[in-house]
Amino acid sequence: MNSVGEACTELKREYDQCFNRWFAEHFLKGDRSGDPCTETFRKYQRCVQKAIKEKDIPIDGVEFMGPNKDKPES
Amino acid sequence: MVKYFCSTSDIKSTWDHVVSAFWQRYPNPFSTHVLTEDVVYREVTTDHRLLSRRLLMKTNRLPRWAERFFPAGMSRYVYILEDSIVDPVNRSLTTYTWNLNHTTLMSVEERCVFLDSAEQPATTQLRREAWISSSIFGFSKPIQEFGLARFKSNQVKAMKGLEYALSNLQGLGIRLSVGVSMSGGWRGGINLTLLASAHGCHMSLQQ
Repeated sequence: MNSVGEACTELKREYDQCFNRWFAEHFLKGDRSGDPCTETFRKYQRCVQKAIKEKDIPIDGVEFMGPNKDKPES
Repeated sequence: MVKYFCSTSDIKSTWDHVVSAFWQRYPNPFSTHVLTEDVVYREVTTDHRLLSRRLLMKTNRLPRWAERFFPAGMSRYVYILEDSIVDPVNRSLTTYTWNLNHTTLMSVEERCVFLDSAEQPATTQLRREAWISSSIFGFSKPIQEFGLARFKSNQVKAMKGLEYALSNLQGLGIRLSVGVSMSGGWRGGINLTLLASAHGCHMSLQQ
């Protein structure tokens, strides 16, 4: 899958691979030891956040789960 | 005017598999309209929940007759945010997805909650809710119907995409109904026994 920043796709894939392994083998099993993907995530984010700004994609300041706040609990 | 939809259905996979597959949905044969996917925020909270935000860029496929309703400079792409919370202790995945642009045409917000099925073992219950509004509703029936049809079609594709990711995840290869070749593309349909029949909250997508 491609990143919105063309130059970031390789970094994205590297991060995804690391994350998927950590997620299934550690996070879901309740293993709270360190996240091995912080460095690859940092590199990926540096690239993709720059691309997002350049393309003027309006995600800045959008609150996490923002619109969900005014929805009734299911 | 906001239209509300709700449905619950069962996925014949464990919650752990579903949640893992959730991150591996793209690309899949049903997601050719999804052009890019990026995680733009992620955090493990002190109570061990995983918060994530994904940014998706999709094509905005309008039929030719609809194109004239919209300004020439309108973006060809739709940007979507998907915020999610994985709680591995309580075994819930809650996702909230909405479009950032083209909101005057149609604003679609969807909330999904994935939980262990209370009734069946090794099964995950999915409850989906959607809120759809448009400033064009009541103004143009064809636009409204097109938008709803596309939303419904996208929901079906999303489920098929998830099932695809699930079957890959489990290393079982692709379980398909007749007419699909393993080397080429997908000609036939996916085996929907992975997805039991939907039983509703009260509202269907037939409105």
